[in-house]
Amino acid sequence: MPKKYCRFKKHGIKHVDFKDKDFLMKFVNEQGKILPRRLTGTSLKYQRKVNIAIKRARHLAILPFVADGLK
Amino acid sequence: MNQYETVIILTPVLSEQQMKDAVAGYRELITTNGGELVHEENWGLNKLAYPIQKKGTGFYHVFEYKANPDFIELLKLNFQRDENIMRELTLKLDKHAMDFNEKKRNGHFDRKREERQAAAAAAAAAAAQAEAPVAEEVVEPTGEEA
Repeated sequence: MPKKYCRFKKHGIKHVDFKDKDFLMKFVNEQGKILPRRLTGTSLKYQRKVNIAIKRARHLAILPFVADGLK
Repeated sequence: MNQYETVIILTPVLSEQQMKDAVAGYRELITTNGGELVHEENWGLNKLAYPIQKKGTGFYHVFEYKANPDFIELLKLNFQRDENIMRELTLKLDKHAMDFNEKKRNGHFDRKREERQAAAAAAAAAAAQAEAPVAEEVVEPTGEEA
């Protein structure tokens, strides 16, 4: 299994956009739950930003709070 | 002056024209209160991820503007009084967010993304070009000066 890495650090991404649904979909599972760092490899600094962005997206109905078969 | 970003979701009960009027009203509110509009984006009628007020769709509109902190309170009060607003989110942008939005507008991220966003950026670029035709500087070839 290849080593996990933080995609934000690798690509130098400094900001997580809550309006970008397709990007945030990479960090949730089929039920719309936020995936743990353990699985995505995201560093703590950016996991926090991802978490906030996903919650903002949920508020604006861009992402669901609960879903079934999201992917 | 801070830079803010506001996303509003308007009720789908409105007609296209009513939606545009409501948006124009807020645009005016921003500019008349000393705000400076940096960018705005209309996503049109979008499907909601879950029903809000028993509605499955909504008109999304994004404002990006510079304003004084006092104005945000006024804006929020106006949103609360407006029945057409189903949801709103106002954020103060930090330097990374401003940088990101600037780059996004200039189409920096389009190579990696789907065609949808590439098309949107192209349309925005075309609109921007139509709005402000860049005066081409024609440098006339001058003869060699003696």
